[in-house]
Amino acid sequence: MSRLSRHAWTLSLLAGLLLLLLATKLIQPSFGASGLESLARAALPFAFATAAMAVVVIAGGIDLSVASMMAVCGVTAAVLMQAWGPAGTIPALLAVLALGLLMGAINGALIVLTRVPDIVVTLSMLFVWEGTALLILNAPGGAATPWLREVILGAVMASGPLSLLPWALVVLALVLAAIWLPLRRSRLGLAIYAVGSDATAAFRSGVAIGPTRVAAYALAGLLCAFGGLSLTLQTGIGEPIPGPYLLPAVAAVVLGGVSLTGGVGGLLGPILAVLILRTVRLDLTLLNVDPNVTTIIEGLIMASVVMLGGLIALRRRT
Amino acid sequence: MTTALAPTLARAGRALRDNPLIALVLLLILLVAVLQALRPGIVNERWIGNTVKFAIPLAMLAACQTLTMLTGGIDLSAGTAATVSAFVVATQTPLLGPGAAIAVALLPAIAIGLVNGVGVGLTRVHPLIMTLATGLIATGCLQVYQRGVIASGSVVPAALEWLGTERGWGTDLPVMRFVPNALLLFLPLAALLLWAQRRTGFGRLLYAVGANEGAARLAGVRTWQVTLALYALSGLLAGLTGLVYVGLIKAPSLSLAEPLLLPAVAAAVIGGTSIFGGRGGYGGTIVGALILTVLGTLLTLLQMPEGARRILFGLIILAVTTLYLRLTDQG
Repeated sequence: MSRLSRHAWTLSLLAGLLLLLLATKLIQPSFGASGLESLARAALPFAFATAAMAVVVIAGGIDLSVASMMAVCGVTAAVLMQAWGPAGTIPALLAVLALGLLMGAINGALIVLTRVPDIVVTLSMLFVWEGTALLILNAPGGAATPWLREVILGAVMASGPLSLLPWALVVLALVLAAIWLPLRRSRLGLAIYAVGSDATAAFRSGVAIGPTRVAAYALAGLLCAFGGLSLTLQTGIGEPIPGPYLLPAVAAVVLGGVSLTGGVGGLLGPILAVLILRTVRLDLTLLNVDPNVTTIIEGLIMASVVMLGGLIALRRRT
Repeated sequence: MTTALAPTLARAGRALRDNPLIALVLLLILLVAVLQALRPGIVNERWIGNTVKFAIPLAMLAACQTLTMLTGGIDLSAGTAATVSAFVVATQTPLLGPGAAIAVALLPAIAIGLVNGVGVGLTRVHPLIMTLATGLIATGCLQVYQRGVIASGSVVPAALEWLGTERGWGTDLPVMRFVPNALLLFLPLAALLLWAQRRTGFGRLLYAVGANEGAARLAGVRTWQVTLALYALSGLLAGLTGLVYVGLIKAPSLSLAEPLLLPAVAAAVIGGTSIFGGRGGYGGTIVGALILTVLGTLLTLLQMPEGARRILFGLIILAVTTLYLRLTDQG
């Protein structure tokens, strides 16, 4: 398969996103830096949740506890940043990231040790992490360090060619590039794809299945920690009740070309799918469409794309 | 382990393996005993009646999960389908009268099921994704629908309140004082499902498709027809759940039955239905729903913070499932 056709879906997603942004500009001529900023900001937690889900799905699993882990990390960040003050911001950040990694590793270890299906274990852990978040902070509270909030909320530059570029997007790109690009080329990354594609074949070629799956879930936990941080930085407080990130994350992962059977796809597609879904939402809001109709349209996009994909796959097989 | 004890234990282990339901019932009895020990006197007829009353909607929604899981699927739109039928019945009652409203309310639920069936059976979309999407679409439609009927107000039909909330089966007999009316619907329904899953062609087809879809197709099963019928049935069951549940809660809302969805999946899983298909059945699910309901009461009684309760709830689901898989050697 040539390089182009392998990336055909990702490229068409990118084209779709650009068309949608163009459409946004047509609908709302004043759409510019600030519009792009708020779009990126709103998409940030969704993007991290989706990236976390994508890693696990590529490894052949599924993680229903992403939203709950984000809630735990969000409240921990808010509590620590308030307690340790501006000077303690960096240690607080590191602590939250380590916490995410740990929670993900616990998910993965439980799946490997109990041999219960992923979906059941992470369903149970959804309740566990939800409870943990409530124990850390019973009601919305805590605070986020102001200078760190600026980083997420503003644009990279006040004027000039970079003023169109929102920090939220830069942060997203940097984090994902720093984590995913080296990983994908590494032995662990290959192992993740191998295990997701065919666990038995991977095992017979000498891949340690258990540790690989734990690593994939730990990575998802780390990405959830970034998601939780971005939530807390946006609102300025910690919110213990998990937000509606689970189902959109699954949707964006599938739209982004990651197969639920594992082993196929990457992170770029799902992230583009998140941005597309958020832009559709924005466009419909700008068009004064009832926000509830927006939900219907999102569902229809999702259903029709996957059904079309299913039909194409069937056609190809016969 | 002493040599005299070993054969007995092995025999007990085999008995448990052949009848995993025994272990579940023992767990249920254990939980009730713990409850009684913590708060002596709490376990009486009234408490049992209440527990059953709250377990019924959960067990009905778990039926959707059990049946779809038998074929290796799942129905995440069941919570939404139940909510839709509950909301429609409450808002249509002032307009159409209770009888017609109940009939009308079941239609969207069945429609959701049919769309799921087409997506999963014909275009081969993963059930998780398909039911997720239809759930989203239905939620959106419900919100738009709410705008249209907000002026006419909502009334829960008296018949549904009688079914969902009251006890005694309409008699004054002292024996029946604490027997919830919902059993009038649930007992025949459960009996039908239990009979259908083992004794009818459709039930066996579910197991066949779930155990090995390719083999079932080669054996001449039109799997898409089975899938379509299955998801339509699941939609209907979810709709019925919504009717009972709105009678129990008495306040229709746009997210009425959503909180039941994940516990319903958990009830089916605890009850021993494999999420990969081909194994399990509705009997275990009913016990699973009772276990979850008793567990909920127990955790409330312990007067722990809400967070700790949820943690325990999750851990217990995981522990029970793990033990069950070990017992039946499915690991």
